[in-house]
Amino acid sequence: MAFKWFHKEKTKDYPDFWLAYLDAFNTKKKESVESTRFVAFDTETTGFDRKKDRVLSIGAVAFVGKSIEVNKSFEIYVEQDIFKGETVKIHGLMKKGSEEKITELEAIKAFLLYIKDAILVAHHASFDRNMVNEMLLRHGLDKLKNEFIDTGVLFNKSKHVIYKESLQEHYSLDDLCKELNVPKIDRHTASGDALITAFVFLKILSRLDKRKHLEWGYLLSR
Amino acid sequence: MKNSIAERVCDFLKAYPPFDLLKYDKLLEIAEEVVIIYLEKADVLFKEGDSFNEHFYMVRNGSVSLTHTHNDTQEIVSMSDAGDIFGVRPLIAQENYKLTATAHEESIVYAIPIKGFQLAVENNSKVYKYLVTAFATNAYDPYTTKENNEIFVDYLPNNSHDIVNFQTANYTKNPVTCSEKTSLRDAAIKMSVLKIGCIIVIDQEKKPVGIITNSDIKNKIATGKYPIETAVTNIMSSPVITNKKDLTVADGQLQMIKHNIGHLCITKDGTINSKLIGVLSHHDVLVTLGNNPSVILKEINRATRTKKLRTARLKANTLLKNYLEQNIPLSHIIKIISQINDAVTFQAIEIALLKMPTPPPVKFSWLALGSQGRKEQLLYTDQDNALVFEDVPKEKYQETQAYFIELAKYVTKSLNKIGFEYCEADMMASNPEWCKSLTEWKNQFKNWILKPDEKAILLSSIFFDYSRIYGDEELVDELSNTIYKTLEETSLFFKFLGRDAIKSPSPLGFFKQFLVEENGDQKDLFNIKSRGLMPLIDSARLLILSKQIKGVNNTYERFEKLAELEPNNKELYNSCSYAFKALSKFKTKQGLLHNNSGKFIELETLTKEEKLKLKRCFKPIHEIQETLKFRFDLKNFI
Repeated sequence: MAFKWFHKEKTKDYPDFWLAYLDAFNTKKKESVESTRFVAFDTETTGFDRKKDRVLSIGAVAFVGKSIEVNKSFEIYVEQDIFKGETVKIHGLMKKGSEEKITELEAIKAFLLYIKDAILVAHHASFDRNMVNEMLLRHGLDKLKNEFIDTGVLFNKSKHVIYKESLQEHYSLDDLCKELNVPKIDRHTASGDALITAFVFLKILSRLDKRKHLEWGYLLSR
Repeated sequence: MKNSIAERVCDFLKAYPPFDLLKYDKLLEIAEEVVIIYLEKADVLFKEGDSFNEHFYMVRNGSVSLTHTHNDTQEIVSMSDAGDIFGVRPLIAQENYKLTATAHEESIVYAIPIKGFQLAVENNSKVYKYLVTAFATNAYDPYTTKENNEIFVDYLPNNSHDIVNFQTANYTKNPVTCSEKTSLRDAAIKMSVLKIGCIIVIDQEKKPVGIITNSDIKNKIATGKYPIETAVTNIMSSPVITNKKDLTVADGQLQMIKHNIGHLCITKDGTINSKLIGVLSHHDVLVTLGNNPSVILKEINRATRTKKLRTARLKANTLLKNYLEQNIPLSHIIKIISQINDAVTFQAIEIALLKMPTPPPVKFSWLALGSQGRKEQLLYTDQDNALVFEDVPKEKYQETQAYFIELAKYVTKSLNKIGFEYCEADMMASNPEWCKSLTEWKNQFKNWILKPDEKAILLSSIFFDYSRIYGDEELVDELSNTIYKTLEETSLFFKFLGRDAIKSPSPLGFFKQFLVEENGDQKDLFNIKSRGLMPLIDSARLLILSKQIKGVNNTYERFEKLAELEPNNKELYNSCSYAFKALSKFKTKQGLLHNNSGKFIELETLTKEEKLKLKRCFKPIHEIQETLKFRFDLKNFI
C-alpha cells in the first residue's frame, strides 16, 4: 500500500460543502478566456496580520465575458470577536454596525458556494488569499484551490517594454483607477472594491496584445 | 441581503430622467437587476436587424454611437454620452433594432431590464409620458405626428445644435423632366445625354407624378420585364415623396431614410398637387453634411466643447471616404485631413487652457509626433505627442512641469474622446518623460543621437518626426537647430537608423510571393504597415536628416525633396514617393472598409490587378534599401 499516507489525507472528515467545492475542480477543463467565469473579490479586515487579524466583510462580483450582473454580486459581513478601532476609519465597519452579520463558518460556506472553480481576481491578491486561507484553516479546512490573478502584477506585465525600467513595485488600487480611468465608486467597501477590481481587470485585458497575450500561460504566470 | 453595488447603480440612475421621477425603493428594485457591461472601443452591443434584447441601456462612462446603414454606408445617427439612454425601441414596440450600437470609446454601460422597468413604472404615467414625449418631440417632419408611436429618440440626429444640419437644403432647381407620354427609350437618352441619374415624370400642369432612376431602368428594363419602348408611366416609381422648398438638411435626410429613397421632389406648396420646382438628392444632402472641408474647419474653430470637436472630426471621415471614391490625388487628401487633425488638436488645447485655473506660467509648444507629426495621418490613430516649455529657474521646475502635465492630461483626454486612442506606449505629453523644458529636451535628443541604442532608435522613429501644433515657434526652432548641430558630430546615429530602415526586407519572397504573417491571429494576413510603409518612412527620415533638411516632414514630400537634391537618383526617389502614396491609399481604403487601422490585408480579397499594383510598389523599397546599405556602409554593421 504505497499510497496509504496519501489515502489517509483524503479520508479526513471534511464537511459536505467542502467536498462539493473540491468536486468542481475534478471536472474542470481549461476553457477559452472569453467563456471562463472570473470572480473579482476583496476583503475588509481588522488589520494586516494574517494570524491575528480577521475578515470583517467579503465582497465579490462574478463575470463571464464583459458583463457583470448586479443581482449576482456577493456581499457578506462577518461576526468577529477581534475588533480594532483604528481600521474603522478605512472601511467604516463598526463592531455593532447595522449590517446583517453571519458567523465565520457561514461566511466560508457562502463564499465557497459562490466562487466555485472560478478564477479569482484581486488587487494584491496574496493578502486576500492569505486572509481567506487562514479563515479556512481555522475551521479545519484546506487552502483555496482556485487559480489567482493579481491585477497589480498583471498591470505591470501589460506595460510597454520601453517603460519596464520605470515601473513601480507596487500600484495601489487608486493608482490603477487613475491610470486606467476607472470611476471610483464606493471605494473601501468590499463589494465596491471588488467591482472596481473587475473593471481594472477588464481594462487591462483590453489593452493586452490580443494576438499574443490573451491566453492562460501569460495571464496566470507571475 | 445588502447589495451596495445596486445602491451605487441606483445613485447614478436617479440623477437622470426618466429615473428621477421614480421613488428610491422602486428604483433600487430596478438597479438590482441591472447588468453592468464593459465595452472596448468598437465593441458592438446590438446590430441593426438583431431581434430585440430584454434590456435597454444607459451609458455610465464613455460614449456609444448609434448608426444606421444607408446605401451600404454607415451613418451616425446619434451619440450617447454618460447619462443618456438608448436602445429603447423594444420598450415601445416588439421590433428588431433599426440601429447599430457601437462603443465609440472604452465605455461602461448599464443594461436595464425592460420587464423590471415596466413593472416598476406601471402606475407612473409621468414616466411613460416622458418617454413618449421624448421620442415624439424629436420628430420634425409632417409624417411623424401621425405615427409618433414609431418614432424613437435613438432614431434622430441629436446634434441638434449643429448648424449644418439645420441649413436649408441646397436642392437642384429646374430638374430634368419628361411628360407622361414619353417612351422609356427617349427618357433614357435624355438622362444619358445630360449625364444624370434620375428624371421626373410630370403631367400637363407640371405636377410630379413619378420618378425614374437608374435602378428602375436596371430592374425593370434590363431584366426584360418591360420592353424598351414602354411608356415611362409603366416603370416609374409613384407617387413621389414631396416637400416644401424650405426644408432643412436634417429633414431631407430623415425623409430619405424613412422612405428608403434617394430623391425628394420639391414642389410649390410641398404636396404632390402643386408645381415641381426642384429635386433634392441624397448626394446633395451628403455634400452639405460632410463634403466641405471649410465647413468642417469652421465648425472646429468655433467648438467650445470636446463633444462638438468630435462631431466635426467624424464628418472628416465621411469626407475622406468620398475623396477616396472620387480618386482625388492622395497628396491633396493628406493635406486636408492633416489640416483638420491639426485644427482639432489646436482647439482641444484652447479648450484645455480654459479649464486651467491660471494662464501658462511660461511659453510652451505642443508637438505632434509620429504620423501626425509627419502630417500623413488619415484614419484615427493613436495619439503621439509631447510638450516643450521655456527654461525656468531650477526651484520653479517642478511646479512648471506639473502645470503643463495637468494641461496635457486635459488635452489627451479630449483627444481620446474625439477618437484618437491613447498611445499604447504612453508617448504623450501627459507623461512627465515627454513634458520637459527646452534644455531637458535638447539633452534628451543629444543623448539619443550621441549614444544610440535599441531604445533610442525605437523612440527616434517617433520623436524625430515632430511638428509644432500649438504655441511658441522659437522654442521649436531652437530645438531643431540643436538637433541638426548635434547630428553633424556623429555618423554612428545614422548607421543605427539605417539598420532600422533595412530590418524588414522587401515584402516579396523568392518566388515573388507576398510574405505574410506566420503566426497569431493575423496569420496569413499581409502587414502593409510594417512591410510596406515603415521601410519607406524610415528611409526618408534617415536621408533627410543626413542632408540636414528642416521642415519637410511628409514622407512623400521628403522623397520629392531628395529627388530635387540628387538628380542622378531622381527616378528612384520619385518612385519611392509614388509607392508611399499608393500604399497609404491602400491602407486607408482597407481601414475604412473594415473600420480599423487597415494595417493587415487579406490577400485573398484583392483582385489580380490590385496585387500587381501592390507588387509594383515593392520594387523601390528594395532599391532604396540597397542604396542605404551602400551609402551608410551598413554591410558590416548588421
